[in-house]
Amino acid sequence: MKHIKTINKANLKQSAEKGGCGNCQASCQSACKTSCTVANQKCAKED
Amino acid sequence: MIHKFIQNGMYFVLDVNSGGVHVIDELTYDLLDYCTEPLAAECPQEALDKLSGKYSENDLREVYAELRSLADDKILFSEDDYEKYANTSVASPVKALCLLISQDCNMRCEYCFASKGDYGKGRMLMSFETGKKAIDFLIEKSANRKALEIDFFGGEPLMNFKVVKQVVEYAREQEKLHNKNIKFTLTTNGVLLNDEIIDFLNKEMYNVVLSVDGRREVNDRVRKTVNGKGTYDIFIDKYKKLVSKRGDKDWYVRGTFTKYNLDFAEDVMSLYNEGFEQISVEPVMSPETEPYALTAADLPKIFEEYDRLAKMIREITNKGKFINFFHFMMDLDQGPCVIKRLKGCGCGNEYVAISPDGDIYPCHQFVGIDDYKMGNVHEGSFDTAMKNDFASAHVYSKPACRDCWAKFYCSGGCNANNYLYKGDIRTSHELSCEIERHRVECAIALKAEKLLDTAE
Repeated sequence: MKHIKTINKANLKQSAEKGGCGNCQASCQSACKTSCTVANQKCAKED
Repeated sequence: MIHKFIQNGMYFVLDVNSGGVHVIDELTYDLLDYCTEPLAAECPQEALDKLSGKYSENDLREVYAELRSLADDKILFSEDDYEKYANTSVASPVKALCLLISQDCNMRCEYCFASKGDYGKGRMLMSFETGKKAIDFLIEKSANRKALEIDFFGGEPLMNFKVVKQVVEYAREQEKLHNKNIKFTLTTNGVLLNDEIIDFLNKEMYNVVLSVDGRREVNDRVRKTVNGKGTYDIFIDKYKKLVSKRGDKDWYVRGTFTKYNLDFAEDVMSLYNEGFEQISVEPVMSPETEPYALTAADLPKIFEEYDRLAKMIREITNKGKFINFFHFMMDLDQGPCVIKRLKGCGCGNEYVAISPDGDIYPCHQFVGIDDYKMGNVHEGSFDTAMKNDFASAHVYSKPACRDCWAKFYCSGGCNANNYLYKGDIRTSHELSCEIERHRVECAIALKAEKLLDTAE
């Protein structure tokens, strides 16, 4: 495309289909403790 | 839903529901003002009328065709059909504990949310007996969940190091018996660190969080000893020693910024220049009446400072060096699934805090609030109605989140902040939201710049 560059298509919809395993870190157990961000956590799904 | 923004002179549009991120030109940025969902087949006449003085009609139609193409690919103006997953976390196992191993502290930090370490409940250390019961509680409530987390927190956990060691030893035994994998974290102010403790932490802790606010003078203004003296020189070399022996295990230096240091990018850089590459510096959360409190009036300066920090980080990484700022971490390709993203941190549901007397609370920030006591590990009580209430506090049950473009990044924000400053876990703490949204924009931009070369 001339005007738009797609950086990622990272489709959240696909993640819904395989998601919800719960193996990922509880979001407040890393370094925040007061200001929650979830999107900076890693997916920990076991294949 | 889309969100467009400008960062570092670049134009972005984010497709909220797919997670798609696009770098766009100014024309596209302007044209998006006239685009509504669902995207019409033809470029709206209003856009052609209003923008024809600035751009040619041919270019406007060309851009519109590109937008249509993205919409057809469902990476722009895609639908939100995730609400059906919103209540899937009700009846989730408990997988993480915050153990208030010491409800006492050897520092007196001005902004401490734990009432200078005692949570307003008097100074107390957790006994090994209570620690064991807490582990038993986690093992039982984790059901078939294998990956478990325990965070030693305080107060200052190292004031009760003996029990930390005992609890770790007991948990390791139970881990084998019940086929679990426990990851430990310990958050410390560093005062009591010595060689023996450093070696223990580096062996047993999956993550270590080292508290420091940045520059010496910034740290020492608010983080003081019991006698009111500065603390920076007490811990900084100990942190360096711990990190030098840490290997590839996780760690962070973690600070708080307040109204006193709205130039907090300098504090991040000070930590970096002291040799720390894994850095988290976060906004203080407090009643607005406190002299150090952040208020809405500070937001323009805070946004400007995050932009400045992003620029500094950009310069460091462009030189091929490494720095990781916790709130700018963003994996655009393989982050958490949307199910995780709509239910937030999991407090009160997948994650609870346990006080030294064995009381269970939704998280460390609720400790000491009687209305939020969920049970007690000695009594074997656990309020599943309250657990379910927290499980159903997600982005679709929080009115301000439903229409927020950042909902799948912050996932509903911090329930404790909502309760403490707004009176309800579902009422968003707007100051936190404003800050979070700006951080997410910075994070997306930093990541997108790196990925641009490989973009199609």
